[in-house]
Amino acid sequence: MADLVSHPDEVKIVSKRFGQGATDIDRYLELDGYKAVQKALGIGPDALINEVKNSGLRGRGGAGFNTGMKWSFVPKQSPRPKYVLCNGDESEPGTCKDRLIFEHDPHSVIEGVVIAGLSVESHVGYIYIRGEYRYLSNIMQKAIKDAYARGFLGKNIFGSGYDFDVYWHGGAGAYEVGEESALMESLEGKRGIPRIRPPFPAVVGLWGGPTIINNAETLASVPHIILGGAEWYASLGPPRNGGTRLFCLSGHVARPGVYELPMGYNLKKMIYEVAGGIADGRRLKAVVPGGASTPCLTAEEVDVPMDFDSLMKAGSMLGSGGVVVLDDSTCMVKFALRTMQFYQHESCGWCIPCREGTDWLKKTLARFHAGEGVKKDIDNIQYLAENMLGRTFCPLGDAAAMPTIAFIKKFRKEFEDHLEGRPCPFEKEGVVKQLPVFA
Amino acid sequence: MKLSDQFEQRFHAMINHYPTKRSVLVPSLLYAQDELGYLTDELIAEMAQRLDLTDLEIRNVISYYSMLTTQPRGKFNVQVCTNIACMLRGGEEILDHCKRKLGIGHKGTTRDGLFSLEEVECIGACSWAPAAQVNYDFHENLTPERMNEVLQDYRRKVHQQENC
Amino acid sequence: MADVNITLDGKKLTAPAGTLLIEACKNAGIEVPSFCYYPGFSLQGACRMCLVKIEKVPKLQTACTTVIGEGMIVTTDSPEIHQARKSMVELLLGNHPLDCPVCDAGGECELQDMTFAYGAAESKYIDIKNHREEQQWSPVVYFDRPRCILCYRCVRVCGEGMDVWALGIQNRGVASVIAPNKEDHLECEECGMCIDICPVGALTSGAYRYKTRPWEMKHIDTTCTHCGDGCRTTLGVRRADTGIEIVRGDNRDKSGINGDFLCIKGRYAFDFVDNEQRIKQPLIRKDGRLTPSSWEEAFELIGRRFAEICGREGGRAIGVIGSSKTSNEENYLLQKFARVVLGTNNIDHHRTGDFPAFARALAGKLDATASMRDVFKAPAMLVIGNDPTNQHPLLAWQIRNNVRLHRSRLYVINSQPIKLRRQATAFAHIPAGSEAKLVALLAGDDSVLDVLVSENTPREALLSLRDRLRGEQNLVIIFGAELRGEEMARLVKVGSAVSGAKFVCLGDYANSRGAADMGLYPDLLPGYLPVTQGKTFREEWGGLPDAPGLTIPQMVDAAKAGQLKALYVVGANPVARFNIDPFAFAKSFVVMQDMFLTETALIADVVLPGANAYEKSGTFTNTCGDLQLLRKAGEVTGTKPDFEIIVRIAERMGFDVRKLVPFGGGMWADMGQSRGAQSGEADRHSVWLEAHGLETKLSPFDPMAILDEIQRLVPGYHVSRRTLLSGTDQHTRIGGPGILHNPELIVPANDDLFTSGTLGRYSRALNSVLENQRRKPVETEVAAD
Ligand SMILES: Cc1cc2nc3c(=O)[nH]c(=O)nc-3n(C[C@H](O)[C@H](O)[C@H](O)COP(=O)(O)O)c2cc1C
Ligand code: SF4
Ligand code: SF4
Ligand code: SF4
Ligand code: SF4
Ligand code: FES
Ligand code: FES
Repeated sequence: MADLVSHPDEVKIVSKRFGQGATDIDRYLELDGYKAVQKALGIGPDALINEVKNSGLRGRGGAGFNTGMKWSFVPKQSPRPKYVLCNGDESEPGTCKDRLIFEHDPHSVIEGVVIAGLSVESHVGYIYIRGEYRYLSNIMQKAIKDAYARGFLGKNIFGSGYDFDVYWHGGAGAYEVGEESALMESLEGKRGIPRIRPPFPAVVGLWGGPTIINNAETLASVPHIILGGAEWYASLGPPRNGGTRLFCLSGHVARPGVYELPMGYNLKKMIYEVAGGIADGRRLKAVVPGGASTPCLTAEEVDVPMDFDSLMKAGSMLGSGGVVVLDDSTCMVKFALRTMQFYQHESCGWCIPCREGTDWLKKTLARFHAGEGVKKDIDNIQYLAENMLGRTFCPLGDAAAMPTIAFIKKFRKEFEDHLEGRPCPFEKEGVVKQLPVFA
Repeated sequence: MKLSDQFEQRFHAMINHYPTKRSVLVPSLLYAQDELGYLTDELIAEMAQRLDLTDLEIRNVISYYSMLTTQPRGKFNVQVCTNIACMLRGGEEILDHCKRKLGIGHKGTTRDGLFSLEEVECIGACSWAPAAQVNYDFHENLTPERMNEVLQDYRRKVHQQENC
Repeated sequence: MADVNITLDGKKLTAPAGTLLIEACKNAGIEVPSFCYYPGFSLQGACRMCLVKIEKVPKLQTACTTVIGEGMIVTTDSPEIHQARKSMVELLLGNHPLDCPVCDAGGECELQDMTFAYGAAESKYIDIKNHREEQQWSPVVYFDRPRCILCYRCVRVCGEGMDVWALGIQNRGVASVIAPNKEDHLECEECGMCIDICPVGALTSGAYRYKTRPWEMKHIDTTCTHCGDGCRTTLGVRRADTGIEIVRGDNRDKSGINGDFLCIKGRYAFDFVDNEQRIKQPLIRKDGRLTPSSWEEAFELIGRRFAEICGREGGRAIGVIGSSKTSNEENYLLQKFARVVLGTNNIDHHRTGDFPAFARALAGKLDATASMRDVFKAPAMLVIGNDPTNQHPLLAWQIRNNVRLHRSRLYVINSQPIKLRRQATAFAHIPAGSEAKLVALLAGDDSVLDVLVSENTPREALLSLRDRLRGEQNLVIIFGAELRGEEMARLVKVGSAVSGAKFVCLGDYANSRGAADMGLYPDLLPGYLPVTQGKTFREEWGGLPDAPGLTIPQMVDAAKAGQLKALYVVGANPVARFNIDPFAFAKSFVVMQDMFLTETALIADVVLPGANAYEKSGTFTNTCGDLQLLRKAGEVTGTKPDFEIIVRIAERMGFDVRKLVPFGGGMWADMGQSRGAQSGEADRHSVWLEAHGLETKLSPFDPMAILDEIQRLVPGYHVSRRTLLSGTDQHTRIGGPGILHNPELIVPANDDLFTSGTLGRYSRALNSVLENQRRKPVETEVAAD
């Protein structure tokens, strides 16, 4: 449904079958579908894990952990069943890539889930899709059904003697449920409250069994690695940052869209060449490089390779691949407020710093943006965010704090410009409404 | 209580997918809500009974998920994203436009029960912003004019249904 | 478990592997602050107050969720840590109403304490606080959302601890809220555990809220007077016009056999003490009407009449009915009074458990009774009959938590699907009245299987249950009044085949066991010694009537036949309990001591206003045989402890009270005054002595003097007095030969969570809950998570 774009610099791997009718299982087979699983069936768990490890594939969900490494933490022997869980909760603002994978290439996710299962000797996988993506659940359900009908799933897959079941699962609206341990709670029919770690899911996960959790894009990349080889995949990106990834360009660019580019692709080039530069002849002000949770970069900071390590060095994060571009018409206070409004709404409420901190920050920012800010608010905002950082029960608190700290540090002047009853310099009518609480 | 055959089919298929019964809870609630419009007391009691849970536990879960509701809403739930990517491209104008057009606010329902309006968080359409969902349908690259058409289309759909 | 080496704030220590860091710190005397951590409940990691620095870990870690590891080096306080904790408090205060002076928890609020400790007084927050009106969820429970800090203690104690699961968490983010199970109200056991465990003033009790400030109270720990389990309770008291008022019950210091636990009765049903119907003056029937009189007049009358009847017709013509709610000392004194002063064995009480048969069955196996603490530690438990959740709330708590925390195996055999089956490894649902058959089955008699099997409990289940029980060790066997006499003896015999087995025989009232131990039987002396064998007592007391006396039903018959000329009822309501025809005693002189004009007052000629267990000192023995102290907490002007009343009657009969109460040791002692400024002098005197670690035996009203005699003469009561006086329970042993009685003399109380015999009818708290229930039918059970 969503429009597809294309650019010559793209290296289409995960997006290779987009627009090719690959939801149809026969078409998928024509496009090399299910070859990787069959190959994997002959490789054996340890070799599979090594292959993925060596490919330099890092999690596309946000944290960027080496995927093969994560799989290797699953104990060989387990009294309880092991599980594979595909994270398709995609809710990080700025991110809309898993959606395209589910829409255009659902079988690649299934294939990735099965290969992950083979590598840890699990026999069941779940594909969790956020509730808003109902049409994608339907596509996925059909794909799973077709795969069962062909004997690719279920008992004795591909006549190998190996059994593997894949089920879909749907959410019902909650960003926090994308966090891996909350995801498991949600799948188990509970409120999406994260779990205490350790133990990590690889050891104690779904219903107490060892569980691999990976993002949909991560898993969709796996079949390509198995077919193309670790070396090839690794060579596409800089060291330790193998392959390509889907970058979702949005905001004030001329050609927004989801582009598949090699890891390490220069951000400036991405904005100005791939996405056609800033729209309406305006100037770049800032970029949120990896979804709302990542600290923004100013226009001066965008000459940076888009890989996990480089962005970390630049003081931000590669995150989920959502690149949100802001031009100079954007009020950073308002942007900070909208970001915090999101976290305030999505905080699960379990721990004090996030529950109270996001609410407090949202209220302060709203008042501030409405022109009723006082000078000490600016320091207070920073103080609050810094005191949330690293002290919450799950990373959502950090995700709320980090961008806020960056906004204040990098755009303090703009905050000061809102002071002393001055209305927002970017707005006509700047009053932002407050959501009801204790509803 | 009587639920549709389709619901029962889904429910009974899903219940075999998991080692615990309650795992079907969240998707089942959403399916039930799609049919009933909202999660009624009767449905809550029914689910509690089927899954060996208490009403309280079901309510705890319902109240956590933003798509689930125990309040009736309109036939078409217009969910306008105003999160960052959409905001940068006019999501708030789309929301304001809908408010004016429908004469209701956030979480309001029109008198004729046709539309409800909701300001929502990112719906995964950032590269095609601003975007909205009406029930489960995505509408992207919106402008106030496009939004008018979208609303008009839903109105028409209902009229057509009513006429035949 | 093996020990690991850790370093805490520079101190090198070892602690058992698996210990939580926060516990290791506590054991090392380092306090790590916490809101959400609560020992014995699931871990939350929610409040982030317990953040500490672990070397080589970049972020601060929560001590409450971290298990110590070999070589772990931990810093529990530093500027960074202090700041982290301070900011948590600041964040909480952001939305917290800062009106501590009017908050019910003011003065004992953990948030207040933390604010003080971390100095988060400066308010950074200027936006409007989120608000919601306070709600009443039940007669007992009130909830004030803005004060709640979401530590989830209440949710866990109700679910994990009580197995009620009446509280949930709803919404998310800052809108998160604790919710009751029925949307806007609670239907639950009303135990108040959630209120007690709440660190702030978010949950408050209907009984206590806004009545007083914590610092205006004096706290006295004593023993609950309701069921037979004997919870330790701390009563908050303060001076009032009418004496000393009890304003609160809790067990915050976790000082007793019950840990945190109290049920609704222990926590709130102390309020019968100031019920307006309380009698505060002696009443004498004149011209058919009970008329207020003075203590002098009443004592004079009673002493004269008792003496007359004794002199004319002998003690045979007088009956005495004692109580299961008076202290051991009073019970002992009463039977001694009957036997020595009146010269009769006509003494009985309302029996709820067959303890004489239990003594007989145990036949001197002194270590074969389990204490309440044993129940919490046993590796396996067997419960036959009774419904502990309703009738023995503490016992049920111990059983549940033993299963939960120690993975103890629980076997439940019952004719009803009682709630404890939810914790059971195996539950055998047997037909009503077939408990004895079940014992036969356990003994190896397979012929009874046909009677026992049912749809729910097939043959194999029963046989496998028997096999499993035979394979257990140190099994605690708990049984209700379903098993009496020979049947009980059989169970004890079968059970004793399990190595280390111990038993609990359930009796219903607070001192049912004590009443039995103290010999409130017509044929048994204290310690289950048949009256025919009482050599020690005979020597000690200088003579005893030889023949067994009358049981309560026999007393009624004797009265009807005109042979019972007087009846002395102490703290009992036989007219209601045994459905006695009030005219039976029309010709007898009936004296009664009680707090209220119960049905028994209808037949009384003299009514004496007694004091209850919260208003006296002494001891109680719970159903397990745990001996515990009663301390005087409340006081209502005009009333007297039963102990004093009995002594004074003896005195008025012309009896040398020194022979009744071995007090004084030759010293002069004050009889005190019964009225005016000096009333209760002896009691106050004893309080003073006790406070100075001295034992008081200077007055004939001093129960401790009788306790001396009890400890000397009653087998099984020879426990450490010093430990007892320090407030610690002492497990007594059940000795003596015991006897087989007619099982029909046992009449179970059948109280449930919200009733407590006659006493319960005078409790506002219990009445309000019952009334509330009548309005809405209760769903008795909910599913566990
Ligand atoms: C608040 C929060 C939300 C998250 N949302 C998502 C999500 O929507 N999709 C996703 O794949 N990962 C999400 N993650 C990351 C997951 O916790 C997890 O790291 C990821 O699914 C692992 O897969 P990967 O290693 O393939 O990235 C989220 C994390 C946090 C803290
Ligand atoms: S940081 Fe705390 S409140 Fe926020 S989502 Fe995570 S667990 Fe919930
Ligand atoms: S009073 Fe007791 S049973 Fe009722 S909600 Fe509180 S803890 Fe649960
Ligand atoms: S009501 Fe009290 S115990 Fe319950 S979560 Fe709130 S603060 Fe904690
Ligand atoms: S369980 Fe029994 S002893 Fe304990 S508080 Fe309740 S009534 Fe009192
Ligand atoms: S921000 Fe609106 S769809 Fe993502
Ligand atoms: S006590 Fe450790 S997080 Fe609350």
